[in-house]
Amino acid sequence: MNIALLLEMAAEAAPNRIALVCDGKRWTYGDLLAAARGAFEIIQESEVEYVALLDESSEASMIALFGAALAGVPYCPLNYRLPDADLAALLERIAPALVIGDEERVERIAGDQGHTVYARELFTLKAQESWPEGEDREYDPGEGVAVQLFTSGTTAEPKAAILRHSNLLGYILGTVEFASADEADAALVVVPPYHIAGISALLSSTYAGRRIVMLPSFEPEAWLKLAQGEKVTNVFVVPTMMARIIDKLADSADANLSSLRSIAYGGGKMPREIIEKALALLPATGFTNSYGLTETSSTIALLGPDEHREALTSDDPKVRARLTSLGIPLPTVEIEIRDEDGKVLGPNEPGEIYVRGEQVSGEYKGRSALDAQGWFPTRDAGYMDEDGYLFLSGRADDVIVRGGENMSPGEIEDVVLTHPAVGDACAVAIPSVEWGEAVGMAIVPREGHEAPGEDEIKELVRSRLRSSRVPEKVVYIDELPYNEMDKLLRRKVKDILAD
Amino acid sequence: MKPGTRLKSAACDTEVMVIRTAGGTIECGGAPMAEDKPAEAAALSPDHSNGSLMGKRYVDAENTYELLCVKPGKGSLSVDGVALVTKDAKPLPASD
Repeated sequence: MNIALLLEMAAEAAPNRIALVCDGKRWTYGDLLAAARGAFEIIQESEVEYVALLDESSEASMIALFGAALAGVPYCPLNYRLPDADLAALLERIAPALVIGDEERVERIAGDQGHTVYARELFTLKAQESWPEGEDREYDPGEGVAVQLFTSGTTAEPKAAILRHSNLLGYILGTVEFASADEADAALVVVPPYHIAGISALLSSTYAGRRIVMLPSFEPEAWLKLAQGEKVTNVFVVPTMMARIIDKLADSADANLSSLRSIAYGGGKMPREIIEKALALLPATGFTNSYGLTETSSTIALLGPDEHREALTSDDPKVRARLTSLGIPLPTVEIEIRDEDGKVLGPNEPGEIYVRGEQVSGEYKGRSALDAQGWFPTRDAGYMDEDGYLFLSGRADDVIVRGGENMSPGEIEDVVLTHPAVGDACAVAIPSVEWGEAVGMAIVPREGHEAPGEDEIKELVRSRLRSSRVPEKVVYIDELPYNEMDKLLRRKVKDILAD
Repeated sequence: MKPGTRLKSAACDTEVMVIRTAGGTIECGGAPMAEDKPAEAAALSPDHSNGSLMGKRYVDAENTYELLCVKPGKGSLSVDGVALVTKDAKPLPASD
């Protein structure tokens, strides 16, 4: 089955309903399906191996996604924020491709790679004109790859994660009820098109019949204006966006988000104080924390609106702790925590998160990371409590191994973050002659506070954790390196500590 | 028959995508479904005329068959004469 079926069904059920609003222009499901069929013609003609997008979100990202699917050519949106050399290397890996977007840049950095390049406007225009209505077309049956996404490559060369039609459809059909959205519903999409959340947002809203409102780049004022103007009901944000939105909300008395029913968030770690503030500022809005990976076609666990409110007001510390959990696994996937030898662990025992299900691809170009029983090792470290709530402690690769003892950076950071003068903190492994690895700590002093001394930090950790967790080296920096999805780039922190 | 095959009703407008199947005959409105519409429409059996709903997934009791309705019609879906029922998923909050 082909993911284009999602758009075909939406267009069959409600051809004249508004599907997408971008830059003030409105597209119906019928318009988008016709343009996707037009894009099929363009893609067929160009004889390429990939359809790539080097652009911000726009109608072109949606037309390209579904057009590529109809043509049976993998859609590969690229991170336009990458430096030229890195981007050229990725373009080389997908040559020859039909590239939509920054024509000048492709010409400059990859002009000799054999790509066919269309500027956004030209692609959109041509796609709208190219569907030979009435002529028979044999569209791809959808047995292959729908989307290829390069991972952010913070630890090594970017991996080409592969999502098949069956993975994405498994996710959508298993979690979204067809045409379940009201005609007035609207989802504000602000995540970049090359991120899995950007892909799943398009697919799930299309199948639900929920109008997509695109904001190509995030800025709190523009976000609030669009959310109010379009009477947006659903949004997805990463934690930094949430922090900036609630800051803005807190000082704009006339801001009105009364139409906003649901805020989903994910991507990076949500600080407890931010989510508490947001829950207080928007008492009528439902909050959902979603946890997922590129390799799992988006969400595999979520903490729903009622659980947020319950955790906020409960006297039970166990229930309160859920506010920082990832929630419980979707009914359509299985999750296990395993130790290094692959042994399945019990409640509250920390290990690596494994997941299995139709939506889980666990596949990279040329190899699958699934084990023989179909389980995908996420490389995320965490544990599950006795009620099935999943807690994340960091990437398995970030674990600090000091003299054979495994330590999770998150545990040490949480303690350091309790210091009132610490704004942000990151613990990483530093080389140690004596122990192999030891704890290094980068601290961002809180604005308006004097940085706490190194001894003070060490004493704080010693008073709360075992002495092995005490940082051997502490550095002070202005800010930690995060990418645009709020992923902390620990590798860069390591470099800072190595200097 | 492969998963992903699109079947059309001989008796009404219903179309389904096959998600899971075994060896039995998939029917709509009491008549076998096929990839192409027959030249002459089959009669809609009154015993199988409760209708099919767009976007609903239909399963048998053992969960060996699963069909996704992609075009609604007057006939209802069955396998070897046994009616299929809609698979009701627990609604989840929108997460992306």
